[in-house]
Amino acid sequence: MNYFLTDDQKMIRDLAAQIAREKIAPIAAELDETGEFPWEVVKTLAQSDLFRVFIPTEYDGLGGGIFEMCIVVEEMSRVCSGIALAYAASGLGTIPIILYGSDEQKKKYLPRLAAGEILAAFGLTEANAGSDAAGIKTTAKPDGDSYIINGTKQWITNGGEASIYTVVALTDPTRGPRGSSTILVEKDHPGFTFGKKENKMGIRASATRELVFQDCRVPRGNLLGKEGMGFLVAMKTLDQSRPGVASQALGIAQGALDKAIEYSRERHQFGKPISSFQGLQFMLADMATQVEAARALTYAAARAIDAGEKDVSKVSAMAKVFASDTAMKVTIDAVQIFGGYGYMKEYPVEKMMRDAKITQIYEGTNQIQREVIALNLIKESVRAKK
Amino acid sequence: MDPIRVINQNCVGCSLCVKACPYDAITLSGPPGAKPDKATAVIDLEKCTLCGACVEACKRYKAIVITRTTFKGQNLKLYSGIAVLAEHRRGKLASVVSEIIGAARELQKDLSAPVSAILVGSGVRKYTDELLSHGVDEVWMVDNPAIGDFDEDVQAEIVAEVLLERRPEIFLGGGTIVGRSLLPRVAAKILTGLTADCTELAIDPATMLLRQTRPAFGGNIMATILTQNHRPQMATVRHKVMTPAAKVDNPQGTVIDLSYIEVPKSKIEFLEFVEEKTAMVNLVEADVIVSGGRGIKDPKNFAVIESLALATGGAVGASRAAVDAGWIPYSHQVGQTGKTVKPKVYIACGISGAIQHLAGMKGSDMIVAINSDPNAPIFDVAHYGIVGDLFKVIPELVRRLESRE
Amino acid sequence: MKVIVCIKQVPDTTNVRINPETNTLVREGVASIINPFDVYALEEGIRIREKHGGTVTVLTMGPPQATDALREAISLGADEAVLVSDRAFAGADTLATAFTLAAAIRKLGAIAVGTVPAGQVDIILMGRQAIDGDTGQVGPGVAENLAIPHITDIRKIEEIGGGRIVVERLLEEGYARLATSLPVVLTVVKEINEPRLPSLKGKLAAKKKEILILKAAELEADPERFGLVGSPTQVMKIFTPPKPSGGKKFTGEPAETVGALLAELAASGISIRRM
Repeated sequence: MNYFLTDDQKMIRDLAAQIAREKIAPIAAELDETGEFPWEVVKTLAQSDLFRVFIPTEYDGLGGGIFEMCIVVEEMSRVCSGIALAYAASGLGTIPIILYGSDEQKKKYLPRLAAGEILAAFGLTEANAGSDAAGIKTTAKPDGDSYIINGTKQWITNGGEASIYTVVALTDPTRGPRGSSTILVEKDHPGFTFGKKENKMGIRASATRELVFQDCRVPRGNLLGKEGMGFLVAMKTLDQSRPGVASQALGIAQGALDKAIEYSRERHQFGKPISSFQGLQFMLADMATQVEAARALTYAAARAIDAGEKDVSKVSAMAKVFASDTAMKVTIDAVQIFGGYGYMKEYPVEKMMRDAKITQIYEGTNQIQREVIALNLIKESVRAKK
Repeated sequence: MDPIRVINQNCVGCSLCVKACPYDAITLSGPPGAKPDKATAVIDLEKCTLCGACVEACKRYKAIVITRTTFKGQNLKLYSGIAVLAEHRRGKLASVVSEIIGAARELQKDLSAPVSAILVGSGVRKYTDELLSHGVDEVWMVDNPAIGDFDEDVQAEIVAEVLLERRPEIFLGGGTIVGRSLLPRVAAKILTGLTADCTELAIDPATMLLRQTRPAFGGNIMATILTQNHRPQMATVRHKVMTPAAKVDNPQGTVIDLSYIEVPKSKIEFLEFVEEKTAMVNLVEADVIVSGGRGIKDPKNFAVIESLALATGGAVGASRAAVDAGWIPYSHQVGQTGKTVKPKVYIACGISGAIQHLAGMKGSDMIVAINSDPNAPIFDVAHYGIVGDLFKVIPELVRRLESRE
Repeated sequence: MKVIVCIKQVPDTTNVRINPETNTLVREGVASIINPFDVYALEEGIRIREKHGGTVTVLTMGPPQATDALREAISLGADEAVLVSDRAFAGADTLATAFTLAAAIRKLGAIAVGTVPAGQVDIILMGRQAIDGDTGQVGPGVAENLAIPHITDIRKIEEIGGGRIVVERLLEEGYARLATSLPVVLTVVKEINEPRLPSLKGKLAAKKKEILILKAAELEADPERFGLVGSPTQVMKIFTPPKPSGGKKFTGEPAETVGALLAELAASGISIRRM
């Protein structure tokens, strides 16, 4: 199907697909088993300039946007979304710097991120503050020329592997969420350690850890934007990163669908390939239609963001919720189509089903996404009435 | 005149040539508005490499003609006899030498000309008896301590000089690493034609030319090559395909000592030779893969698979059963959850042929199965199968492959 | 270090077959690729540049569409690309090809190409053979035409310095460590390295790269040695190789069954012996 990509976008897509085929496919099953971090793939992505695609040219990027990042994430996720997540989560951690960093901060970090020399991560969630992000308790107390950070972030992707963390903390706890700020913390700042690596159901090749701040001292100059802007930065970041998660889910769904179609042609029962049975054909048709719808929403959200549209929350929430729900449904159906073989670890689809689940949960649960959509619908309706 | 032309009067527009061209150089076209069967073939001379596939395709209508002329060759009348390169290294004649002598002696039946061996090196006189015992009529020897085993540049110069002096009509070398490096240098020095890796040699009864047949396009096609105007007609011969020369009871041949030929100084410095018979071959890249399965029965028995891998220069693979049993690391696993491979030859030993394994290797060009169970499913996909005890069959196969090593 | 890597654009040979009925070559949508062995040579050339400084120029003799292969080489990191193309070169066998490439290399020593200055070429690299011709003859031929040493089947370049190069050359029973002077022609085997994938910056540069095209007249060489006229060997005919007929099973004593199998293979021109 023609998605009307530009030549440069096709070039990015083909290269990402080549890397997925040649470098990710051979190790996906093994890393799913061991949970080892895919540094070799990160090196290949870096050498091939793929970390540059969403970074501005002034900072050694290639000047593309969210759409280009989404293309890369989808191609990799078709083969292994866990490995793709190292790239996608670094993107999430980089977006705040692109949106709100000073020129000095951008000069300091973006070229190295563009070169894939270092990875980034985004630290918002805490044990008691998931959907209720406003309930965070991590503090960043101004102290002379530093901030002193205390608290613990939970379930941070790329935790322990990334070199730079965009952390949302309370610089003024008395003002609640309005007293939050986003601070750039480097891995080797004193007082910054990591919890154990989480043992997950899926996306097992990605690293998920707690960030532990105990009197962690960080220079004042590492504040992104102004004090009090913490949640604004976080919300704007998530608006832009949602198509990335949607792409990850889209990749999982497409990968599972492709495998299911291939298998249904090879598997013979009752003297025929199972792809000739109408029941199965209807399943495949529904799976494919939903995947294309997910893609259309994801592309629409990414293009809106890159075009500089002001109001992107609704469409990006729609893309995320629809693509992730689609990934879950399609992978479950794929396992069903594979039958007994689908349940066995020897075949690739059970992993895809385990990988899909998280896309419905992180970067804003699908319940929160629906709230975002509904609130935007109501706001639009109110505006229209005026 | 263009080297390739379409004779429009003969062309019926069947488009067989269009499909045959590997370089996409032919289209069908005719006057505008013409019916399709009035269209004739048009050859794009920028893309055409004159490979001749279209001429072959147009056997029926003979509508495509290639005109062949070459730069001036040697005086053919001055050349006679068949020479072979007696490749040797580190104290032994290469095993391919008896095969090319065998091929030469077959050609001799049609040419009635002497067979000679070109023997160049240091202390090589010791090989003359062996060469003569294979039935060569003459050994043209340049024995000089200044010629190192690895001084290929100097060897090429001396061999070229020998060819210029002795003027054989045909010169054959083994399709070994050295043969395929040395002979092209010689051919470029004396300006004659060389065909690589021949699997068949014969004398054309009409022209008395050497018909050199060899695989191309990775073995997907065979080509027969001629060297019409230049001498000697040179060819390297694929190892282990031709029959070695039978030994002669009373060798009658003679040694012609050409050691007066000047030996230039070599620009190649020999430092060290490292013997290494390990199969360094990467599984996914390997041309040959030898795999072991449940039939191996015991981890220490994997040595038998390794011995066959060594003898074939191939990589070692394994079925999931062998890996799960801990007999060999997962990196060697071929199959649904292992690697997918497409070698030229896949030898499955003690592997039953479960679907999961076939998924990883069924794309192989040729599958050979060795299994004691005649009903094992692997025999359904194998091109060749041996029913037998792999612990007896493999050592026999290795012995045969390595004989005269 | 001025490095020239000779590459060849070849059909992806796994797709080239003969139609058994018409006995003609069928090329159903055969893609053109850089000869895989040459990709390893290019990677090695780039590594030499990374270690010793200098330039990597990629050179090919071919029809106009061979520029695709050259652009791919630029995307992998080559500095400049040169296409030697002329109708006069069509029909070249390995002797004529080696003569033509050598003439081009001599020219590249004399002129600057883009960012690559004029000056003696130090190292000429290429893969051990092309997967369509499978001869491996062009490398030694180029070296002979340039009157410089050549070593084939290189599995490692150990060191380069003071006009001298030390290499490991693969042989059937192991490898030899050899040294020779620069300039030199080296043909490489796949064991030598792991080629990198293209980069986006490389691909963008490749799109815009100006490729130098050399025609026959610019090579200042005897035109009778080019193309079909310069080729002593000619293809008389092509045909389908005898396919291993499916499903032959041998039963009996190992000595018999093994013998029968090897005889069948030899009759099909297939050797499974090492190298």
